[in-house]
Amino acid sequence: MLIDYTSHRRFGGRSRLRAELPALQNQTDPLTDVFKTFTKWPPGAAPGRPIVKEMRATGESEVTRRKFYIGMIYGLWSLIATALSIPAAIYLLIPPKLRKMPEWVQAGTVSNLEAGVPVEMVFRQNRVDGWKVQSERTTAWVVKLPDAPVVAYGPQCTHLGCAYHWDESRHYFLCPCHTSIFNIGGAVVSGPAPRPLDRYETKVENGQLLLGPLRTSKEKA
Amino acid sequence: MSWLDHRTGIETAIRNFLYEDIPASSGWHQVFGSIAVFLFMVQAFTGALLAFNYAPTPGDAYNSLRYILTEVTAGHLIRGLHHWGASMLIVVVVLHLTQVFLYGAYKKPREATWMVGVILLLLTMAYGLTGYLLPWDNRAYWGTVVATQIASHIPFAGTYMSRLLGGEGAIGVVTFARFYGLHVLLLPPATGLLIAVHIYLVRKHGVAPAPGDAVKVTKKFYPRQAFKDTVAIFGAFVVLFAMATAVRVPLERLADPTDTAYVPRPDWYFLFLFETLKFFDGPLAVVGSVVLPSLAVLALLLVPFVDRGQVMRVTRRTVAFGVVVLALLGWTGLTVGAIATTPKRDNAVAIDYGAPTDWIRLSPQEMAGIGYFRQENCASCHSLEGKPRIGPDLANVPIKKTAAWMIAHFKHPAAMVPGSSMPAIQLSDAQLNALAAFLLKLTPHNAEALANAPGFAVQAALLFQGKNCGSCHEVNGVGMKIGPPLNGLARRRTKTWVVQHFGNPEALSPGSFMPPYQFSQRDMDNLVAYLFSLPDLPGPSATE
Repeated sequence: MLIDYTSHRRFGGRSRLRAELPALQNQTDPLTDVFKTFTKWPPGAAPGRPIVKEMRATGESEVTRRKFYIGMIYGLWSLIATALSIPAAIYLLIPPKLRKMPEWVQAGTVSNLEAGVPVEMVFRQNRVDGWKVQSERTTAWVVKLPDAPVVAYGPQCTHLGCAYHWDESRHYFLCPCHTSIFNIGGAVVSGPAPRPLDRYETKVENGQLLLGPLRTSKEKA
Repeated sequence: MSWLDHRTGIETAIRNFLYEDIPASSGWHQVFGSIAVFLFMVQAFTGALLAFNYAPTPGDAYNSLRYILTEVTAGHLIRGLHHWGASMLIVVVVLHLTQVFLYGAYKKPREATWMVGVILLLLTMAYGLTGYLLPWDNRAYWGTVVATQIASHIPFAGTYMSRLLGGEGAIGVVTFARFYGLHVLLLPPATGLLIAVHIYLVRKHGVAPAPGDAVKVTKKFYPRQAFKDTVAIFGAFVVLFAMATAVRVPLERLADPTDTAYVPRPDWYFLFLFETLKFFDGPLAVVGSVVLPSLAVLALLLVPFVDRGQVMRVTRRTVAFGVVVLALLGWTGLTVGAIATTPKRDNAVAIDYGAPTDWIRLSPQEMAGIGYFRQENCASCHSLEGKPRIGPDLANVPIKKTAAWMIAHFKHPAAMVPGSSMPAIQLSDAQLNALAAFLLKLTPHNAEALANAPGFAVQAALLFQGKNCGSCHEVNGVGMKIGPPLNGLARRRTKTWVVQHFGNPEALSPGSFMPPYQFSQRDMDNLVAYLFSLPDLPGPSATE
């Protein structure tokens, strides 16, 4: 009971303890012995000492011990939370090791390409998809610009990824989703698209168009 | 905070929870329940993470787990935590049960708390049983075959049990779906609910007091006991984390229903049940598989109704101690028996599919090159993993040299690289060729995987080269085609057949002009394991 006074403020805390000290002087308290067998703290104090000294000692250490307990509880739980959440974040956010795929994919013949007329080329491409390698049909809009090598645009609108198509009559690329319009050079004419059409890296070998990785165009519309 | 408390009462609730009165005798012996709850939460957390990269069908499960282990960053750690967490959970739940049993804390009015606890133990084991199948490797497959067979032997209900588990006939997609559904959809909420009931009952009756607690002042749970629980939980977590990082959880090869050589064994905590089965045969088999385990569970459930005496000091509960010691002896005996009768699987010839297996596609010559690289201790000066050493990092050399250059360099290092302090390598030309062939295959991408190629395969390749097997047999697209190609041997022949064939080829394949070979047991094991690990379809031997 006496020990409890020091730890719980609502019982009066130390002020009450101090007030009652004279009356308690030179008494011994059987509970102290019980308490000591439990806590073995403070190390130097032996059972059966005069109660006042004892209480002063426990009173002090009770506060620091309580602080120590609470500090340890917060500290250890923070360590556990960190040790679990950092690997979890790494596991979910760091991309997995990439398996290497052949860099150049054959898309089609470009020797009979007409300048200024975009052609949709359909080809198969291997894509690493998690633990699988998928062989997928992909398309590219290939166009021979008058004073440039062959250009191949990625099949998705740069706005929100819809498939766009070449409007023969109006002579532009039109995205049906939000009516973004790109000219034959891939630049944005109107609509919400934030940047020109993305381009594949290209090279031509023996009249065959080889496509490399798709590069996001950096320039603003 | 008080704004929130007014509206939700959360602060008051937490306060009420933490400032629970507990008996004066409470202490370190009562931490196990908290550890169990903590480990359950770790399992739920890591299980959810695994599910984000895992496809629960027999067709994809194995590959997606391999993907987690070999490609996903920190995937090994997450799987390790989940795997070892499961074992640890069993240990801690049993410790918790033992403590409660020894202290007689199940006595009136705490019988229901005890019984819910026993059911929680069974649920923990059900997680182990269902989770065992999910990697879909050989171990998982064969372990589950045995488990579903046992379920089908339950008198009267057997057929329905195996139908329920989808294991009727053979194990396949339905079994898999059932086990996965149990493991992630049914068991977690059931466990969560029962844990809640269990804790509610503990709070309702209070922590069981020891004799003499009635005249002592009660303590508060917070902070002292909460501190003890936290320290114990932290200790358990440190052990778990260390195991997850340091102890590899092997992944065996893909489940193979045709593998007749496989010796199925359950996880370690089920070995005692497994061993019990051996003592009963014929019509009595059901005693070991169903009757005894059911009786044991029933006995556990009824403990509080059998022992109805007064609460006693733990040190005076000799009978309880006796029961625990007997149970421990019985369990240990059975488990040791099971381990002792498990044919030793040579770890040296087991492939860990949880690690990259780029080496599988190397030619025997290139594999032998790894052997010479190790024999000559090249790694003491040349790192393959980007660590700074005296010599250049051979996986990251800016300019690839030709094989001819390398061989000249091996013979007279200083002649090719003026000032080189490398000693000349004393190997035959064929061996130097192999070494060069291996070094040509190195890229920064595969260096670590190749450097860690298993010893048995390297030894086998050295033997393969030494006996010149490649002059008749093709492996991974390299070698002559006089004899049959060795890729796909695992599909065509059994290991026993291959071993006998080495001793007397003509007896087993009439007309064969392959010479007989006598190998030491060790060489034979290595060679056969290596040949059986070769990929089935001879793909490109390139490792890029």
